[in-house]
Amino acid sequence: MTSAVMTYLAMGGYAAYVWPAYGVTLLVLGGLTLWCVGAYRRRQRELERQQRESGR
Amino acid sequence: MHRFANPARFMRLSAAILPWTAALSVVLLGLGIYLALFVAPPDYQQGEAVRIMYVHVPAAWLASFVYALVALTSAIALIWRHPLADIAAQSAAPLGAGFTLLCLVTGSLWGARMWGTWWVWDARLTSVLVLFFLYLGYIALVNAFDEPGRGARAGAILALVGVVNLPIIKFSVDWWNTLHQPASVFRLGGPTIAAAMLWPLLIMALGYTLLFATLLMVRMRTALLAAKLRALRLAEVEREAASLMPQQTALS
Amino acid sequence: MTRKRRRLIAVLAGLGMLGLATGLVLSAFSDNLVFFYSPTDLKEKPVPRGRELRIGGLVEAASLRHESDGKTVEFRVTDGKSDVPVTYSGALPDLFREGQGVVVEGKLDAAGAFRADTVLAKHDERYMPREVVEALKKSGHWREGEAQPEGQAQR
Repeated sequence: MTSAVMTYLAMGGYAAYVWPAYGVTLLVLGGLTLWCVGAYRRRQRELERQQRESGR
Repeated sequence: MHRFANPARFMRLSAAILPWTAALSVVLLGLGIYLALFVAPPDYQQGEAVRIMYVHVPAAWLASFVYALVALTSAIALIWRHPLADIAAQSAAPLGAGFTLLCLVTGSLWGARMWGTWWVWDARLTSVLVLFFLYLGYIALVNAFDEPGRGARAGAILALVGVVNLPIIKFSVDWWNTLHQPASVFRLGGPTIAAAMLWPLLIMALGYTLLFATLLMVRMRTALLAAKLRALRLAEVEREAASLMPQQTALS
Repeated sequence: MTRKRRRLIAVLAGLGMLGLATGLVLSAFSDNLVFFYSPTDLKEKPVPRGRELRIGGLVEAASLRHESDGKTVEFRVTDGKSDVPVTYSGALPDLFREGQGVVVEGKLDAAGAFRADTVLAKHDERYMPREVVEALKKSGHWREGEAQPEGQAQR
């Protein structure tokens, strides 16, 4: 069982190339997503605050 | 065109579409990564290293596709002055730069052991690096002006100039002898990739595309919210100035 | 910093980026667009001995010999018409195989043999599982080097 997992993780000797490739993919795609959604939420909050102030 | 270029309509339409593209991209990317890592067979030459291809090739496709979109919307903005076109181009560019960087890094990881080098200055690799610089140049140019309209116009012109690079990227592997291999999927005579490897690749590519569409809509909505915020603040400043005016005249 | 100055810097930065991009393309045009020469190119347009260059082709079948020192190899690079003997000592890329595409960097010596200091393996556009290749070979539909890297046999 564990040896099968180890064999899989070794990626036929390419573990040092395959896993970083998937890691960097997750980092870039996840990073872009967090960045876009974060900026959207910030603008939404700013707009709500401004609308409350303008409405006073 | 004008119907879709209406910001209010875009806000309504994107609010309706967004949850679907977001959910579908998560499902497809999850399924694609599962197929790429656990189901797809090792290659007869590359062994397990072929699994890098499933994250590299879609990134390469998106890098070019997004640039084509930036150039197209830039042209629309220059010629027809649609307010949404500039917003679309500027929202897409950083996403395209991200895909290009991903393409370069994953390609380097693949080449290190397969080719025996992290990088070579052949026509394909060089033209993709140029694409990355074009994205960076566009982003820098757009944000470097005090007056947003001028930055947008300068960026749009740069985006259009850079279009020459897209056919160079696509056909570099056919026109000149390169270290990079020729196309395997979009080629005359059909794909030269086994079905068991083609399906996971196409699912990953669809997942990347839907993620891009989702993030593009999020960024365009962000830009429209920012425009609304600026308008509200300007209106408030004007109202305050107007309410101060009579008192000032009374005092003097 | 005044606005004018900032605008000037912005324009210069943009132009600089474009210049850098174009410069990279042009430098690639001048000597790297042809990433390598074929053995036939070499025969037709002799290059000065001792000049650094790249040769691309297939590793000729049954030409690979390992020296007794354990790291030096000799093989022939062929494009179907002409071939060049190559010696190299060092680590070979994982895709290096007889019958497969290869690009070697180095110099021609006085005897017309190529001393490589770098060996790069070229991959072709075929992606297949091992079983499919074996099935194709069994049914006789497998053509070795059918989808060869360009600049080789067909040139």
